[in-house]
Amino acid sequence: MPDGLFIFFAALTLGAAALLVLSRNPVTSAMGMILALVGVAADFFLLDAYFLGVLQVLVYAGAVMVLFLFIIMLMNSDDPTGAYPWKTLALGLATFFLLSAGVLWLFQWSGAVPSIATGPTPPELSNVPSEFTTSAKSFGRLLYSKYLLPLEIAGFLLLVALVGVVSLSKDSNSTAQN
Amino acid sequence: MEHTTLAHHLLLAGLLFVIGLTGVLIRRNLLVVYMCLELMLTAATLALVAFSRFNHLMDGAVLVFFVITVAAAEVAVGLALIVALFRQRGTVQSDALNSLHD
Repeated sequence: MPDGLFIFFAALTLGAAALLVLSRNPVTSAMGMILALVGVAADFFLLDAYFLGVLQVLVYAGAVMVLFLFIIMLMNSDDPTGAYPWKTLALGLATFFLLSAGVLWLFQWSGAVPSIATGPTPPELSNVPSEFTTSAKSFGRLLYSKYLLPLEIAGFLLLVALVGVVSLSKDSNSTAQN
Repeated sequence: MEHTTLAHHLLLAGLLFVIGLTGVLIRRNLLVVYMCLELMLTAATLALVAFSRFNHLMDGAVLVFFVITVAAAEVAVGLALIVALFRQRGTVQSDALNSLHD
């Protein structure tokens, strides 16, 4: 039986995700998404990945979702009322129940995942390279040694995204004025 | 904490992924579809962190760091595309965007 905090945050995350999928109002969907992301961040904390939990709240629940909310409020994007076509509904329900059953079987009853407990609390900082630690310092150490090239590429990717977004919004502006 | 096993975390990640996939399949609003895609990505990162923690290795957590970076860049570009589409066509409902259909 898992720990109470885990059950609480798992239920919160799944409920908020269901709100995201089922709500007809995009703003309500975005709120569900924020709640689900905060639930996932809490799960990161339960897994002793404190830095990633903070990053998840800052970047995802903060910056990314604010961007989403801006866009949602900018455009009038309410869904048309009325039921979904039955084909879509059947496809969605079938996917949901089949895959959920598959996931349940795989992770609970198939025995493919060893049922190991968390084990000892990870050290705050370790001299062993790439041992799991709780401090942000070990992230920095790995990022600037083993993962230096991916880090540079990620930085370049952010620059490319920045330039791409500016040119995208400029282009559609000029075509709208023409 | 002692009694939460790897399987519990993976189950949460899997169910989150399934909910996101269902949303991508049934929703018609492009913005909501995009949010569901992000939810699937988050579910994958949750599985990565769980594996990383239970294997006592940092590499999965570093990969999640990169995934968050790339996701932020991807959201910015994707939302710019959706805004451009909205300016051109005046809608973000995917069943109204079928001009290439026939």
